[in-house]
Amino acid sequence: MSWFKRVKEGITTSTQDKKETPEGLWVKCNNCKTVFTAEEMASNAHVCNRCSYHERIGSEEYFQIIFDDAKYTELNKDLEAGDPLKFEDTKKYTDRLKSTQKATQLKDAIRTAKGKIDGMDLVVAAMDFSFIGGSMGSVMGEKIARAIDEAIKMKAPFMIISKSGGARMMEAGFSLMQMAKVSGKLGQLAEAKLPYISFLTDPTTGGVTASFAMLGDINIAEPNALIAFAGPRVVKETIGRDLPEGFQTSEFVLEHGFLDYIVDRTQLKETLALSLKLFNN
Amino acid sequence: MSTYLDFEEPIKELEEQIENTKEIGASTEIDMSDKINELQDVLSKKTKEIFSNLTPWQRVQLSRHPDRPYTLAYIDAITEGTFQELHGDRSVKDDKAMVGGFGLLDGQTVMFIGQQKGINTKMRQYRNFGMPNPEGYRKALRLMKLAEKFNKPIVTFIDTPGAFPGLEAEERGQGEAIARNIYEMMRLKVPVICIIIGEGASGGALGIGVGDKVVMLENTWYSVISPESCSSILWRSWEHKEKAAAALKLTSEDMYKNKLVDDVIKEPVNGAHRDHELIFSTVKKHIKKYIKELEKEDPNKRIDQRIEKFNKMGVWK
Repeated sequence: MSWFKRVKEGITTSTQDKKETPEGLWVKCNNCKTVFTAEEMASNAHVCNRCSYHERIGSEEYFQIIFDDAKYTELNKDLEAGDPLKFEDTKKYTDRLKSTQKATQLKDAIRTAKGKIDGMDLVVAAMDFSFIGGSMGSVMGEKIARAIDEAIKMKAPFMIISKSGGARMMEAGFSLMQMAKVSGKLGQLAEAKLPYISFLTDPTTGGVTASFAMLGDINIAEPNALIAFAGPRVVKETIGRDLPEGFQTSEFVLEHGFLDYIVDRTQLKETLALSLKLFNN
Repeated sequence: MSTYLDFEEPIKELEEQIENTKEIGASTEIDMSDKINELQDVLSKKTKEIFSNLTPWQRVQLSRHPDRPYTLAYIDAITEGTFQELHGDRSVKDDKAMVGGFGLLDGQTVMFIGQQKGINTKMRQYRNFGMPNPEGYRKALRLMKLAEKFNKPIVTFIDTPGAFPGLEAEERGQGEAIARNIYEMMRLKVPVICIIIGEGASGGALGIGVGDKVVMLENTWYSVISPESCSSILWRSWEHKEKAAAALKLTSEDMYKNKLVDDVIKEPVNGAHRDHELIFSTVKKHIKKYIKELEKEDPNKRIDQRIEKFNKMGVWK
């Protein structure tokens, strides 16, 4: 026999008497489930204090971490996707864009900005995974191209923070050609002898990996990020057996010689500043 | 034995009828020439009708037609036996899905490179179904640099269902290999001509697909993903491949209209797979024309124009 007996079944508090917990005050680590205040999490660069798990963050958070006093000027912020192919799957592409813009308050999957890091000029392009999986369409290509032009004009180093599932299917041929477009512009940046830093974060796959993400003067990554050309599911289907532990993580990619170093996000700004200083000096 | 796709069935039937009539004529010594001429008229009309109303999915099927010529067949025909294949990436191995080497095009040395598919089950495996590993792309780059060093134009033949998505491919940097090729091809000092002769699947195609002239044969496709994979991702089933093929605008006609390729090469009226000699000579004529055009330009200007061409691609507001 139990000690306590529930006399009334179900929830008895009426909706109007329900107490609301303010949103955004507490966050839970996605890995170890430890609860932190949102402020604590933000002050630690959105890295879990307990297990070092790097939460997926967006362009705004990266800009705040990297730029001095979190101050920057956004470039071409009003650029939006067209619908050159009148693409429609289960949903019209234009509708998908509209609803994603509304939900994320973003125009597309990338934002570009200029600012200072330790007093040095830097132009940064950062992706937002929340916008259709950070997918690369015409806007991403054009924004990066223009940001490179800006870097050349300013004689400043350039960085891309990749966080993308790859090309955007709804722009088909157009999105494929962005790989070539950005590579062409990177060649011009190289001709101007300006450093290009490719920063790969979780996840960086597909067409982004097979173009500019792998073309940095230095390629650097966050710990334990998925970095791949073909995603793990596809590779597993191809080889017909389980994948080895740690396959396609940053550490794996570093070990195979395609990264220069891995940097914890809490150390990102100072590590990056040192790299730039070593180039600029 | 020729293979016929479902929509080619009426052609097969008419061809069989013509054969039968010929046989009857031969065995009975009755003059069947009127009947044969009549049937041939019907056949050519029917062929024209079928091939001028192809759906995007039917074009995809044609691009994969087992009787279609593959890269080495084009190279051998164009160079008339002067092609010398060069092997290996000087690092890991020789990738059989990617071939390349110098050959003579009516007396001029040209570097030919391309993905190679196999002509039967055994060869298909040997060629890894035309899906290169990183060393294939690195071999291609080595050969392109070789051509650049000795100032020879480059022609690539694209025909791949994609870069190989295997475990070793990932370990050896499939993404980096393709990225490096795209970057370096953009800056080659010699004319680069890329011809899609079959399937142009995504990064695997683009890895040898950056050039001054990027052209498609009429019945080929070029896009960011195959219609089957697109269907399985966006519709969550393989059933919608026809719809996906249409939505992706992946045919030569659409890609040309969207200014994503520079030219379309017409195929024989019943497809490249039915008249190899004709498509070989047509492709050769085009290559000669492009090289002549491109060689007039200053190399640096050619590179600037190449970069600018790709820079213009995209639609935004």
